[in-house]
Amino acid sequence: MSHLTKAVLLVAALGLAACSSPGRIPDDGPTGPGVNGIDSSGLGSVSDPRSIAYFNQLVGDRVLFAVDESTISPEARATLVQQASWLLENTEYSAIIEGHADEQGTREYNLALGARRASAVQQFLIAQGVAASRLRTVTFGKERPLEICSNETCYAQNRRAVTVLRVDTGV
Amino acid sequence: MTRLAALALAILSLILVLPAAAQDRSGPLRIEITEGVIEPLPFALPEFVAENGGASGFARDITRVIAADLSGTGLFREIPPGAFISRVTSFDSPVQYADWKAINAQALITGSVETRSDGRLVIKFRLFDVFSEAPLGEGLQFVAGQDSWRRIAHKVADAVYSRITGEGGYFDSRVVFVSETGPKNARAKRLAVMDYDGANVEFLTDSSAIVLAPRFSPTGDRVLYTSYETGFPRIYLLDVASVARRALEDQVGTMTFSPRFSPDGRTVVYSLSQNGNTDIYRMDVGGGSVRRLTETPSIETAPSFSPDGSQIVFESDRSGTQQLYIMSANGGEARRISFGPGRYGTPVWSPRGDLIAFTKQNQGRFHIGVMRTDGSEERLLTASFLDEGPTWSPNGRVIMFTRETQGETGAPALYTVDISGRNLRRVPTQTAASDPSWSPLLP
Repeated sequence: MSHLTKAVLLVAALGLAACSSPGRIPDDGPTGPGVNGIDSSGLGSVSDPRSIAYFNQLVGDRVLFAVDESTISPEARATLVQQASWLLENTEYSAIIEGHADEQGTREYNLALGARRASAVQQFLIAQGVAASRLRTVTFGKERPLEICSNETCYAQNRRAVTVLRVDTGV
Repeated sequence: MTRLAALALAILSLILVLPAAAQDRSGPLRIEITEGVIEPLPFALPEFVAENGGASGFARDITRVIAADLSGTGLFREIPPGAFISRVTSFDSPVQYADWKAINAQALITGSVETRSDGRLVIKFRLFDVFSEAPLGEGLQFVAGQDSWRRIAHKVADAVYSRITGEGGYFDSRVVFVSETGPKNARAKRLAVMDYDGANVEFLTDSSAIVLAPRFSPTGDRVLYTSYETGFPRIYLLDVASVARRALEDQVGTMTFSPRFSPDGRTVVYSLSQNGNTDIYRMDVGGGSVRRLTETPSIETAPSFSPDGSQIVFESDRSGTQQLYIMSANGGEARRISFGPGRYGTPVWSPRGDLIAFTKQNQGRFHIGVMRTDGSEERLLTASFLDEGPTWSPNGRVIMFTRETQGETGAPALYTVDISGRNLRRVPTQTAASDPSWSPLLP
């Protein structure tokens, strides 16, 4: 074994030296956006037509997609027309549209598919007159299923785009 | 003593214990992996001799790790020590070949461990070809800090593997992965790094944001990964030693994911989604100089460089379903290489350059497979409800991947399989685990 090799080994040992030890990164669990899909604080009352709770439950905050598709179905179209008119009346809100996929697919492809779905909803809402500056999209791929069984009943609910409202702070 | 100081002392020195092995043996001990090993080669591994009292625990543990490394390949089989006729009581005592032949030990591994007064370990080992009655290669000696004992065991096993197979080893290596806890609809994910066999787990991030698909740099000191820290998927670069991280440059309104280093470690190739369309880009890791490599309305993602850095294999649904394509590292025309039934994703070029590992989805099942770079000789290695995300061992002989079970309690775990499709094994992890990326062999 040459001296050169010894030198390389020494460097390697030093490189290893600074590795973090197991307790070094404290963990307080998930926080922040996207953790549960929807921020449940400050939803207001469902009886208030200007509230987020009203939008989520009575307008309908989500639309569903067929396998591998990002096409807006007739049912989705009806929901999105309602979303658009609500957003046009309630201009203090902006929205992040979350695109999701079911678990049947690779992680990367599902991220791209979720982006397509979110964008399809965004484009529809813009076409209905909602200002593009009020809408942002995010994909969660298959990372945040709503339903956790592994059959089509659950998959159908998970292939979704959810319009998540927040008071407009400029997106 | 600080950890840094302790490891600064961990000088891994290799010196010769024996002169070169005699070269006049007729039938050398050899496993040709390419022929597909059916019958594992039996080896005898007497517990390493403890040269002093403090060394006995290390001697026992190091011996067990070496045995586990070798047996875990499926290429070797350990002969139970209870069958031994000879006892090895001194590292330098002559080998009683007849005693080892009698129990059909093809290979004999002997060694010793000593704890020195400065706290370091001195580990010696020799490998013998029993039926040729000769040492196979030189004896080796390692000097290392006590907390590096597992690495030394892996280095001994790598030397044995390498001498018998003629291939590089892969035991002294690490895996970065995503540790997962919590329910399926609110999974907490943390980046973690561990030895290839699941030992020495260290966390690199907390679970405050979703993290996905870490990828080691070619030298194993940095990791690219995707994090939702900002609420949107974005690529980060993390230094393993300091766990310092920074986001790669991007622009508002885009999402970036699926990063991978170029073989020289200076460039990152990745996916960028904008207005619902996902394409492949490359960027200097140091910043600046972004180049768009694909420009189609279809999904292009999961890029991986060839080992010479000249080409990129990726997946695209431009034909209507996910398929694999190869293009120049500068973009341009791509040629499709996957043509079988089903869909293909997450291609990864092997470190040897000859094969591409991939995830295949067909008739409701997922497979890990390999094919030649021209798409020929496709071979499926696994099948399950959900297998995905292959990563190559440093020597290109083994693939680690994610296998997720189905249903409400479904969870991912890491598995390995060799490229002949044999020796499927679960990698032990304390939590559910996904998205492994195998480091190069450590220096």
